Amino acid sequence: MKSGAMKGFASALIAALCLSGCAMQEKPKPGAIRINENPYPSTYQPYGSVPTLIRNATVLDGEGGRIDNGSVLLVNGKVEAVGGAEIAAPEGATVIDAGGHYVTPGVIDIHSHLGDYPSPGVQSLSDGNEATSPARPEVWAEHSVWPQDPGFSRAMANGGITSLQILPGSANLFGGRSVVLKNVPSRTVQGMKFPGAPYGLKMACGENPKRVYGERNQMPMTRMGNIAVDRQTWIKAQDYMRKIDKDPKTTRDLGLETLAGVLKGEILVQNHCYRADEMAIVLDMAKEFGYKVAAFHHAVEAYKIADLLRDADVCAAMWADWWGFKMEAYDAINENIALVHNAGACAIVHSDDENGIQRLNQEAAKVLGDARRMGLVIAPEVAWEWLSYNPAKALGIAARTGSLKPGKMADVVLWNGDPFSVYTRPERVWVDGALLYDAADPRRRPVSDFELGQPGEGDVK
Amino acid sequence: MKRLLLVLAALLPASAAAQTVAIVNGRVAIGDGSPPVDHGTVLIRNGRIVAAGPSVAVPPDAQRIDAGGKWVTPGIVAGQSTLGLIEVEAVDRSNDVAAGGSPFSAAIDITPAVNAASSAIAINRARGTTRAIVVPAAAHYIFGGQGALVDTGSDREAVFAPRAFQFVELGETGAAQAGGTRAASFLFFRNAMLEARDYARNPSAYGGRATDDLLMRLDAAALVPVINGRIPLLVHVERASDILQVLDLRKDFPGLKLVLFGAQEGWLVADRIAAAHVPVLVSGLADLPAQFEDLAATQSNFGRLQRAGVQVALAEGGYASATRQAAGNLVALEKIPGAIGIDWNHALAAVTSGPAEAMGLGADFGSLRPGRRADVVIWDGDPLELESGPVLILIDGVQQSLETRQTKLRDRYRDLTASDLPPAYRR
Repeated sequence: MKSGAMKGFASALIAALCLSGCAMQEKPKPGAIRINENPYPSTYQPYGSVPTLIRNATVLDGEGGRIDNGSVLLVNGKVEAVGGAEIAAPEGATVIDAGGHYVTPGVIDIHSHLGDYPSPGVQSLSDGNEATSPARPEVWAEHSVWPQDPGFSRAMANGGITSLQILPGSANLFGGRSVVLKNVPSRTVQGMKFPGAPYGLKMACGENPKRVYGERNQMPMTRMGNIAVDRQTWIKAQDYMRKIDKDPKTTRDLGLETLAGVLKGEILVQNHCYRADEMAIVLDMAKEFGYKVAAFHHAVEAYKIADLLRDADVCAAMWADWWGFKMEAYDAINENIALVHNAGACAIVHSDDENGIQRLNQEAAKVLGDARRMGLVIAPEVAWEWLSYNPAKALGIAARTGSLKPGKMADVVLWNGDPFSVYTRPERVWVDGALLYDAADPRRRPVSDFELGQPGEGDVK
Repeated sequence: MKRLLLVLAALLPASAAAQTVAIVNGRVAIGDGSPPVDHGTVLIRNGRIVAAGPSVAVPPDAQRIDAGGKWVTPGIVAGQSTLGLIEVEAVDRSNDVAAGGSPFSAAIDITPAVNAASSAIAINRARGTTRAIVVPAAAHYIFGGQGALVDTGSDREAVFAPRAFQFVELGETGAAQAGGTRAASFLFFRNAMLEARDYARNPSAYGGRATDDLLMRLDAAALVPVINGRIPLLVHVERASDILQVLDLRKDFPGLKLVLFGAQEGWLVADRIAAAHVPVLVSGLADLPAQFEDLAATQSNFGRLQRAGVQVALAEGGYASATRQAAGNLVALEKIPGAIGIDWNHALAAVTSGPAEAMGLGADFGSLRPGRRADVVIWDGDPLELESGPVLILIDGVQQSLETRQTKLRDRYRDLTASDLPPAYRR
């Protein structure tokens, strides 16, 4: 068990270091079946960039730091330097005087269905739930993502979103693999895939799986049925790992490969779960089978168990004020994110919504106000962790993006004011140093194939 | 003992409504599109606004509330709401929005379904919403029924304007309800108007389902005030071509008092809407082609309609702060090249007096102009900023509680350190 865990850690490291197009070049042993671990590799390459120095900005670095009258230097698609007025522009650099406006890391939405539930919301394009069995770990969200979803462009232009996780829906207990994307327009999903980001496994607790299958008189019909199917499925995964270890010629099973990836620590569990008591059960189930939950999503009752989440080192991804739309959201409170944060746990603002993703910064502002009224004063630079660093951490990409630290990807937003104000919008958005949105330049505004030739084509939206 | 209780009860809401209250030293925004003024006063008597502004004389007998320089505005009016009809949306038995199994449609009057004690009313009140347009869904035929206007006051009476309008679907949803096409939904509508006219001429001769009339007697009766323009007809349409078809309905039915609802492609035909003098309730945030009927959706819709001279207000669905959030975002658009936003003063009006005026009730509520219902909110910051929240709320001049199930849950769990009894004992 211990050596298995070590091996998992080592291969996760290799996966993390391995960028796009980097295939495992081990020589196959005679008789062994060579499994392509990365059959749909990212083809994303950063777009062209020029060295850019943003000066005279209020910099929120995404890890709790703030620099007034600060500078951020972007070179070769990376953050080169972050500091004060002393940072000089290299030869030929574009110099932007931010005029006191704010610079932040790009916003990362850990919970999106853009592309798998795109606009227009017609049945022909609804590809988020393989609701044919409660355990469908074999499906991969990337095989559903429609890159022409107009929602990606709105998320960039209005929300400053530079990376996002696309998840399968929550009809199933095991919804399938998620995919982490860079928010760059592309003809193919491979052209959006975040190079080297670990995969996630979408799991779901609660009302949705038991409703979807219970209505068909199938298991699970109850919450105890949910957990029973979960546990049986993990037992199968353990069995599969033992078989593969013993006999590498064992027939491959796509679903069990994904589950084995979780048990080896290579694939991160992203668990839809509203209620406190259910999250506590999932934490025990994770211990039982030796995996870790990266984040609970829609964790509406996280505030009731913020201490347990802190101690288990599990993030909670939450809405600011969604309340009461279903029974398991009935105990939602507006201070949820603030209380989770205040307990020392990892708090994330997420959307699960093609409109909400355009305003995650505003959602964080709601939290700051409600926190203040209950006596918790949280600094804006600290709150920005909810929008970039913490989601990056729960996605396994925090070493590469999510904050403005030298060497990290230059995923950056220049806002036209204080991003916690409702009156503020992105002025420019860079992804890997490439300027992909400029409010002042209609040519820096992506228009999806779907919207081309339609009324309102190229509108500011 | 009994006598004492009665005296206490009388002291609370009734007397507060009857007395004279003056909110002084506020940054007062009237909500009619005029700019806010500092050191302003809002004078209230008998639950109505007497005066608001910079130079209002305060009678010596008035109860004074010092706003301490804070923002004072009319309460927010939710232009599209289900307040009082739903406790938990996905729990069918607690959701009274759509009556898909009813044989009735236009006759359905939501008034008996509105629950003043619903959690959603308290939660929206605590976020500064004091009134709402409550819209039933069309679930069986194209007509949703007779909507109402409600207040969010913590008393037993939520509905203050019952049967205030009729709701009809004439876009994609209407087509589906009418059998599958827009042609069928417009035909259904015309037929319904003709049958209502027949009913109005001679109710006792109306055949209803016994003959080939499609409408039940009560449905036909409910459409009489629509065809004669006594109540507005709230029409949900999004596509530009659908909007033009709806405007054309007045050629055959000149009495119709139309209000467009949705109208995401309204900006494409803004001049036609303006010329028809039809008010419009729109979303401020919708900017995606969610369906084929709103391909041209943009947040600039509101601003473009307003510039064309259309009477327009906000109707944002969604959560308790969504209305204010939409208004603030329209102001943000003013800084985006190519976008058309609105100024702050009109943004506040879009979520206060605007919806009231669209429904023809601007003289009754929605602003701090004299004679309006005294729905007043004091905020701890700019009311359109999302960090701001209400610190004091009056509805019909009565001070409201800001406590909700949510605040009680918050207070129960704000400190997770173990004590000698479980959290269930903390309240």
